Amino acid sequence: MSDIGYLDGKVPTGPIDEKWTSHKFNMKLVNPANKRRYEVIVVGTGLAGASAAASLGELGYNVKVFTFHDSPRRAHSIAAQGGINAAKNYKNDGDSVYRLFYDTVKGGDFRAREGNVYRLAEVSVDIIDQCAGQGVPFAREYSGLLDNRSFGGAQVSRTFYARGQTGQQLLLGAYQALARQIRAGSCTLYNRTEMLDLVVKDGAARGIVVRDLMTGEVTSHSAHAVVLATGGYGNVFYLSTNAKGSNTTATWRAHKRGALYANPCYTQIHPTCIPASDDFQSKLTLMSESLRNDGRIWVPKNPADTRSPDQIPEADRDYYLERRYPAFGNLVPRDVASRNAKTQVDEGRGIGPLKNGVYLDFGDAINRVGAQVIKERYDNLFEMYERITDEDPYKVPMRIYPAVHYTMGGLWVDYNLMSNIPGLYVLGEANFSDHGANRLGASALMQGLADGYFVLPYTIGDYLAGMLGEKPLDTSDPAFKQSEAEISDQVKRLLSLRGKQTVDQLYRKMGVDVVWAKCGMARNEQGLKEAISDIRAIRDEFWSDINITDQSQTMNQSLEKAMRVSDFIDLAELMCKDALHREESCGGHFREEYQTPDGEALRNDDQFAYVGAWEWTGESGQQKLHKEELAFEYVKLAQRSYK
Amino acid sequence: MRITLKVWRQDGPTSPGSFETYDVPGVSPDMSFLEMLDVVNDRLTLDGKRPIVFEHDCREGICGSCGMIINGVPHGPEKGTATCQLHMRKFHDGDQIVVEPWRAAAFPVIRDVAVDRSAFDRIIEAGGYISTPTGAAPDANLTLIPKPVADAAMDAAACIGCGACVAACPNSAAQLFTSAKLAHLNLLPQGQAERWARTEAMVETMEEFFGSCTNHGECREACPKEISIDFIAMMNRDYVKAKRKNRKLLSQIR
Repeated sequence: MSDIGYLDGKVPTGPIDEKWTSHKFNMKLVNPANKRRYEVIVVGTGLAGASAAASLGELGYNVKVFTFHDSPRRAHSIAAQGGINAAKNYKNDGDSVYRLFYDTVKGGDFRAREGNVYRLAEVSVDIIDQCAGQGVPFAREYSGLLDNRSFGGAQVSRTFYARGQTGQQLLLGAYQALARQIRAGSCTLYNRTEMLDLVVKDGAARGIVVRDLMTGEVTSHSAHAVVLATGGYGNVFYLSTNAKGSNTTATWRAHKRGALYANPCYTQIHPTCIPASDDFQSKLTLMSESLRNDGRIWVPKNPADTRSPDQIPEADRDYYLERRYPAFGNLVPRDVASRNAKTQVDEGRGIGPLKNGVYLDFGDAINRVGAQVIKERYDNLFEMYERITDEDPYKVPMRIYPAVHYTMGGLWVDYNLMSNIPGLYVLGEANFSDHGANRLGASALMQGLADGYFVLPYTIGDYLAGMLGEKPLDTSDPAFKQSEAEISDQVKRLLSLRGKQTVDQLYRKMGVDVVWAKCGMARNEQGLKEAISDIRAIRDEFWSDINITDQSQTMNQSLEKAMRVSDFIDLAELMCKDALHREESCGGHFREEYQTPDGEALRNDDQFAYVGAWEWTGESGQQKLHKEELAFEYVKLAQRSYK
Repeated sequence: MRITLKVWRQDGPTSPGSFETYDVPGVSPDMSFLEMLDVVNDRLTLDGKRPIVFEHDCREGICGSCGMIINGVPHGPEKGTATCQLHMRKFHDGDQIVVEPWRAAAFPVIRDVAVDRSAFDRIIEAGGYISTPTGAAPDANLTLIPKPVADAAMDAAACIGCGACVAACPNSAAQLFTSAKLAHLNLLPQGQAERWARTEAMVETMEEFFGSCTNHGECREACPKEISIDFIAMMNRDYVKAKRKNRKLLSQIR
């Protein structure tokens, strides 16, 4: 590994709109008859993993697909609600590939790689075609044409959607494409199987070691290349909108084998979630950002106002987003909306029984277009809200508050989506690549599918072509055997712990009291230093004071959780270390020391216009920093303004 | 709230199972059902006992992982609601709540209330897709789909694959699950080319694992997405047509 400053993103040269086209032509190909001589492992079956596995299977590669779920369809992509962006310009409202690219770089607060983002915008149009072809039931106009809506951070309507279940429908499309390949025999599915190690030998990824969650058996699988599409690490906060099973274990263990972890401090707080109701809260529920199209966000002007919202006249309401950001209003990007809500609550104007939310009010929209239209647009969201809170949003404004939702950081990858370990590819939320310091709404689905359908199938061929005739490393190799032994030891050690706390108790303490409190929506130097020492203490507690009463090697959810939490603890420390080193505010990373007089994020482009990628050096918290300098040739560096 | 929980405990697929009863004080009405089980599990662990195994993931009613029979009803008493979205305010102080796994031969118990639903995946693999190799699709707006058709396809596609329909059915039939996927794909213009082959293959794979439908309608009552049994009628009609068309190798002819 080279010293600081030498990470090469391998973005092709040439004009931005020709990079991908010329790169595709310049990459080596594997001829159709030879493809069946290659083995590829794909870990994760969300949008990125399922679409990649299906596409590779169609091309003729032998693909092994791993998921810890019972079925690929359970992956957390399924919960995405609002939509997927694409620069189709079907609305004739001035959209273009270039505008989507521009919006994404700007929305990411100028911390993303231009070349990757342009490619993302470029292939976005193909994704919609692909998904419509698969039968994804996107919303339609009465004409039979596809419908669009607008989303935060954009002034055009480029978001395609399937009611409030867009992620579900896109995932089912990818899952069905994968099911077709499983049937055809090109993909082999290993469900209820969790990746616990990456095997690297002679400088390249050779395979993975997994644990069968039904039998506890630890086995090895080798391949010519390994693809991780294992999602983000939002559950490091304990409370987030992620599914309970979402975890960082696969990416973290790859990190411990040499893969660089980039920008872990870039975490996204989604502005519209249902506020926590009590201490038993196990996760937070997101209400799609699309609600901000029709809902108006406000708080009472007077913090002591105890009237019910319908009794508060217009004059006593503060529509603070519309007031502060007249151009974008309620549709400012997520980080801006979230921070403003936090300010309102911190200053005592929060609403609800715990004064921990702000209102999202549909009264005006219902008066304007009628309850029926609102019902068509958001009915499943309104229903979900009512089930959880017992309040009817058609009558009473929703109560919302920001919650952790997405993580922009992840394993470092180059333009080919290959990590610094040759043969290890990372897709979707698991990589760091396209969203910079803040992701725009409806762009996660776009990126996951872009990576899986339209980027990896090209770039992986370039790597595999050079391995023609090579056999994958035999799984009897000492590299595999040693890793298997280490995992079995870890399992034994965890099962032998006889402490006084449950894994969940300690996990909540770390996530809520430390990471969310000190490395959440706003961070400062002192808090981050405290957090690092708190996390170290929690690690010691974890390895001495937890208790796993279920001793079985069959389906053992306590053991699974303990393993995942052990990795979250290590990641939490790196996250705080990254947040501490980045002495600027950008996107989802807000350092209180660095803000403009009116409270907006203040970047430091001279010193921090780089990707911070951390190398494991053998001990948690001792990672070494590598930098990839970011060059902005097309989007001029400027302070973001949504006013 | 204080409730009494009677839970099915079974150590493994071949072990005998039995009910165990737990006294659960300190339940908040705002808790979800699964949060209540989290609390029970933490208490069991602190008492040195084995926590209850139950499947769950998104806790937003969309992933389809969770599902248990609560007081005899799949997903419990609230209509159109998955277990994870059921809240304790739907119960009363002092209630006894009985929790069991899905009961169906095609869904063998793995442990406690977790079951194996992979038979559903086999049905999808048999034909629950529209073959569109990556990159092969035409422009999305080239195929006009009337809004009512797209909406009906979406109604069917909303299925989360939880298995409540099977658990509710006295015959453990999977007609609602299978017909929902068939209707989603068979209604759309993109799905026509494979319509008859898909229908025959999926129905016959379903029959390998599941019982037969005798029109009880319990599936719709239990479905957390309230999917209509009209789709079963559509599937039956398509199946009869498929048998004829496929046999005569005339599947291209409408």
